[in-house]
Amino acid sequence: MLDTVVLARALFGSSLGFHIIYATLGVGIPLMIIIAEVMYLIKKDEDYSIMAKRWTKGFAILLAVAIASGTIVGVLLSLLFPGFMEMVGQVIALPFQIEIFAFLIEAVFMSIYLYAADRLPTWLRLVSIVSVAIGAVGSAILITDAHAWMNTPAGFEMTASGEITNVDPWAAFFNPSFFITALHVSVSAYMTVAFIIASLAAARLLRKGLSNEERNYHKKSLTIGIYLGAVMSLVTAINGHETAQMLHDYNPRKLAAAEGLFETTRYAPLSVGGWTSREDQEVKYAIEIPYALSFLAGDRFDTEVKGLNEYPEELWPPLYVHTLFNVMVGIGTMLMGLAFLAIIWRWGFKKPLPGWMLALFVGGGPLAMIAIEAGWCFSCIGRQPYTIVNVLKTTDAATQSENVGLLFVLFISLYAVLLVVTAFMLIFYFKRHPVQDELAKSEV
Amino acid sequence: MEEYLIAVTILWSFLFVYSMLGSLDFGAGFWALVYGKKKHTNASSIANRFLSPTWEVTNVFLVLFVVTLVSFFPFATSMLGTLLLIPVGLGLILLTIRTTFMMFSHYANKFQDLLRITSGITGLLIPALLVSILPITLGGFVVIEDGYPQLLYGKLLTSPTTYMHIAFGISTELFLSALFLTDYAREANDHSAFGTYRKQAIWLGPLTLLIAVLTIFTMPAEASWLVENVQDNLYGFGMSIALFAIGYSLLFFKQKNGKLGYTRAAVTFVILQYGFAIYAYGSAHLPYMVYPHLTIEAGFTNTNMFYQLLIGYIVGLSILVPAFILFWRLFLKDQRYLEQK
Repeated sequence: MLDTVVLARALFGSSLGFHIIYATLGVGIPLMIIIAEVMYLIKKDEDYSIMAKRWTKGFAILLAVAIASGTIVGVLLSLLFPGFMEMVGQVIALPFQIEIFAFLIEAVFMSIYLYAADRLPTWLRLVSIVSVAIGAVGSAILITDAHAWMNTPAGFEMTASGEITNVDPWAAFFNPSFFITALHVSVSAYMTVAFIIASLAAARLLRKGLSNEERNYHKKSLTIGIYLGAVMSLVTAINGHETAQMLHDYNPRKLAAAEGLFETTRYAPLSVGGWTSREDQEVKYAIEIPYALSFLAGDRFDTEVKGLNEYPEELWPPLYVHTLFNVMVGIGTMLMGLAFLAIIWRWGFKKPLPGWMLALFVGGGPLAMIAIEAGWCFSCIGRQPYTIVNVLKTTDAATQSENVGLLFVLFISLYAVLLVVTAFMLIFYFKRHPVQDELAKSEV
Repeated sequence: MEEYLIAVTILWSFLFVYSMLGSLDFGAGFWALVYGKKKHTNASSIANRFLSPTWEVTNVFLVLFVVTLVSFFPFATSMLGTLLLIPVGLGLILLTIRTTFMMFSHYANKFQDLLRITSGITGLLIPALLVSILPITLGGFVVIEDGYPQLLYGKLLTSPTTYMHIAFGISTELFLSALFLTDYAREANDHSAFGTYRKQAIWLGPLTLLIAVLTIFTMPAEASWLVENVQDNLYGFGMSIALFAIGYSLLFFKQKNGKLGYTRAAVTFVILQYGFAIYAYGSAHLPYMVYPHLTIEAGFTNTNMFYQLLIGYIVGLSILVPAFILFWRLFLKDQRYLEQK
């Protein structure tokens, strides 16, 4: 029994962890392409047009995996968690349904942009890529809505026998955490892709023997990455603060686990780093910032923050979520600092970025993706033991079917192969079609 | 009409659309593989030209079907999810390999053969796997143990009706795609590809019909309820055969301008043929989703949700119509796309 539940969670978690890489890129890259297209319109600089085309190629390769893995996740959810989907179908079916239409818009316009761009007038080309971007972020927001509803369920009542009545589909749709979480997912995706673009550009700029054209090209791409990264990381941070307050209001158990807080406290300190010890009921080896947690939760130093001891221990999420939370917030904060440092450097010193800073940017992209993964893991593991908070336990949501083990092995192998193959395809394609060729072509 | 009947009709319509689009999609992938290397390169590139922009849209209809099933019939998920875990899980793996390798093959000429062969073969296996779900719902392959449904894999894999269903799925896929590509090649003014696909469609058509009729005779004893319902629904199946006869013979008439075959009309009639057959089959399947354990009505959601979803489909589909029209013009009508070298 338990084994099936654990396997179902492991399989679905790995599938999501795999999909989220491609989905995040799929949400962010269209925005980058729009920026490049618009820059090209404004500046009439051929480099931006080349940039848009190359990003589109990379996007097309990634999108194939994003769509395939998205299909997997959507279908696996029904297969592995039928108990959950039974509730979804009754209460929160709308976002899943509308998401399909967002997805269709993305698919239709992506094909148009990819295979018909040269036959379209400029305005229609822009409409196409903007539609792709709207479809992509729309899908992300709508799926996040279902996730938000799992954290803050609304729009129904439950009888003592577990029957669902008085369903209000739109109240479920606009559940309390919808807007905050949707914003969080979209801006953090934009932020991540901005840092990945900056990371790629910085890696090129660190190479020796670049021609001037190439150097200029990569600098422009780096600039877009830095500015977008700075704006988006700032918005993500402000929104992250609101997310913490939302947890304080609606799911204090999760906030307590994130911060390793056991006793309900006023003037609660924020523990950074360390690991939570169940026996000693404290976070070991952490740096404590006095009053900061109370301030974070309620904008006042005397805010009372609930501790884990308010709840029976079997309802605690795994305590390592503290580390996941730290990884997410830590990386986000460092990257925000890096982007603003770069902007100040350029404005203040009027000098190109030094090698050490470029090297930091090279690491920034992968780190941002790690933060995304940590954030999703934190949110989903921090919700345990529930699938729908205080409504449905994960053990009741999961399938009873045997054979999950077999599928687990098959799917994990598939993901491993695909990760290698996509990386290989991207490297192979861009090695075969280096940017200097395209830059040279535009010179003629 | 009862609400749950409206819901199942919408669901069944998406199944119809996906079975048509999916047949074209997987079939075209298979033909692109078969004709990739030899002298028939035109036939291969025509298939690829259709496939490149359409596969994503086709794929969305698969997800649309699943989401519609779960949202209209949430009480069916626990039985269907448990029963279909393995067949659908395997289908997903194949689908992923097929999709990604097909896309990748356009970006790496060096590995094109390997990628194309893999995606072509998986494209043949997926419909086989998806169609093998149908017999599961007919009765006799499911037992309830301790309150949970279990699929009898041994019985399913040794039952002739499973293989007849699979044969029907594959022949349908190949017939529909060959017929469609005949018309697509004509639209692109590609005579050699036209001849190649017309030849395939001509022998595959009658074969598919034959297999369909034979499949009914292999139905297991447990499915006698369905066979009886089919006999009460002969009007739909009769229409289907008549439409096939018309569509098929249109391939042989000469047009006034001397061209052989009214291909566009043939495609239309054959799609109608499948439409009649699918809806007739669907209504014969009522009231069961999985015989005898699950009825359509027992799986149905609440009426509040039903009406909101209904509005969602109407609004969503009407927003998409202009996008589909643009799509159609660019990839199925525009000579600049169709005739590119």
